[in-house]
Amino acid sequence: MPTKAVPWIKVVVHVLLLIPVALLFRDYQSGALANQADPVNYITHLTGDWALWILLMSLAVTPVRRIHSSLAWLIRLRRMIGLYAFFYATLHLATYVFLFSGYDTATAIDGLRHGKLGEPFHQFALAWPAIWVDITKRKFIQVGFAAWVILLALTITSPQRVLRWMGGKNWQRLHRLVYLAGIAAVIHYWWLVKTGVTRPLPDTLVLALLLGIRVVFAIMKRVRSGRSVPVTSASV
Amino acid sequence: MLLKFAKQIPSSEITSKDAYESFNATRRRFLGGAVAMGASAAAGALLPEAAFAAPTQTLTKLNVVQTKYTVSDATTPEPKAQSYNNFYEFGEDKSDPAKNAWKMHDRPWTVKIEGLVKQPQTLDIDKLLSYRPLEQRVYRFRCVEAWSMVIPWDGYPLSELIKFVNPLPSAKYVQFLTAKDSKTMVLPFGIQFPYSEALRMDEAMHPLTLLTFGSYGETLANQQGAPIRVIVPWKYGFKGAKSIVTIRFLDKQPHTTWNDMNSEEYGFYSNVNPNRSHPRWSQARERLLNSNSILPKIRTTDMFNGYSEVASLYNGMDLMKNY
Repeated sequence: MPTKAVPWIKVVVHVLLLIPVALLFRDYQSGALANQADPVNYITHLTGDWALWILLMSLAVTPVRRIHSSLAWLIRLRRMIGLYAFFYATLHLATYVFLFSGYDTATAIDGLRHGKLGEPFHQFALAWPAIWVDITKRKFIQVGFAAWVILLALTITSPQRVLRWMGGKNWQRLHRLVYLAGIAAVIHYWWLVKTGVTRPLPDTLVLALLLGIRVVFAIMKRVRSGRSVPVTSASV
Repeated sequence: MLLKFAKQIPSSEITSKDAYESFNATRRRFLGGAVAMGASAAAGALLPEAAFAAPTQTLTKLNVVQTKYTVSDATTPEPKAQSYNNFYEFGEDKSDPAKNAWKMHDRPWTVKIEGLVKQPQTLDIDKLLSYRPLEQRVYRFRCVEAWSMVIPWDGYPLSELIKFVNPLPSAKYVQFLTAKDSKTMVLPFGIQFPYSEALRMDEAMHPLTLLTFGSYGETLANQQGAPIRVIVPWKYGFKGAKSIVTIRFLDKQPHTTWNDMNSEEYGFYSNVNPNRSHPRWSQARERLLNSNSILPKIRTTDMFNGYSEVASLYNGMDLMKNY
């Protein structure tokens, strides 16, 4: 892949990764979203699903790139894919706060319309006790929130300047947390579905595959470097 | 016992024909749009419009007697009640049953009456349907997942059937088994089927407990549990067994499916109780799904889902322990 094409590919990837939220907006405009039996539930699942899927895509970049040296350019897409995972995770979190937690968004908006600028904060004060119980008591909320915090840290440290400032090694150490974010996201999924429901299984298998490949690579690398030493010493 | 003979539904709160039509029109526009998009896989991935596009079942109009059972909130639009169902035999997502349940045949259908009864027997669905006049009762339907609907159910008290089949005095529980058919159902592997639910005899005999054949004046759609189900309005929705094939009278409390899966989350009683949190969420409030607004309508959950007349059934019981 000629280097010149990469910026164009980036544009295509931007467009592709914006399709879910664009269609959500279209469905909002057309009324199809309101016709959903439970729009809140629908938005929650949609944003959560895409956050996880895009996170898995970002984790797939390195293994796919290793298939052949001609795929090396894929690495240049990894950061933006990761940033989109954070984007959808943030929409997911916002959905929880403003639509799912019990926050009365309708009243907050109504207050703003009538010039009561404090209304959104007042509503937040009302919803906060329930949110606090969720944060302190509900494991699936905690683990999901942890995943979002990791993605937030990776997003803040994603610019080249920060990388240079942190030093490559520290930066890489921090960004390995993305594996933890993936695991936390999948655990979040398992803990939120009912016992016996196996819907998170496909995502879990993909994550296991992507992490498993890395373990295999690491072992192969160690074995190869380990073997090369005695072979050369034996030949001496 | 004080029955809740609330005031007639104020006409302002019944979904108007216009509102209903515009809802349908939007739905059709949306469907049209989806068709126009043709093979757009992305759109398919986004909205489960298949719920509407699945082969539709023809629902038969029922002759129903209006009753005074009603609630103060507007009725949930019928398409919402028929596209958002927990019926795990037909898939794990709430949009799955509407897509998959059309394969089930609700005729011929029989219900086996067995266990501690004088005369075990098998009853034909049409005989059951015509045994008593069908009443239309607008009940609150509170899902354990903290959302709720307002639905007009059509049926007659379960007590009428129980009196007819004449259980032995030793019968203390009534168990309901749902149809299980691997040819027409998805039957996800994480859950043991057939689905089993049960009520204590006094709960089953309570006048609010409705043997249900229809909703909105029509026969039940398959995804709602056609052709025969139970509605127990003061309990979480999953207590109302769907597509019943067996009614069994027992002297001991039988196993029930969700209680088997996770007893901490789904107690045998599962009375609606805002004070007893589900381990994963609060039950103090609910999202009332009865409008076409994207913003959630938050409602405070009432003890026994507002049906306080059942409280006497649980006198002396600690409902935080017997949840």
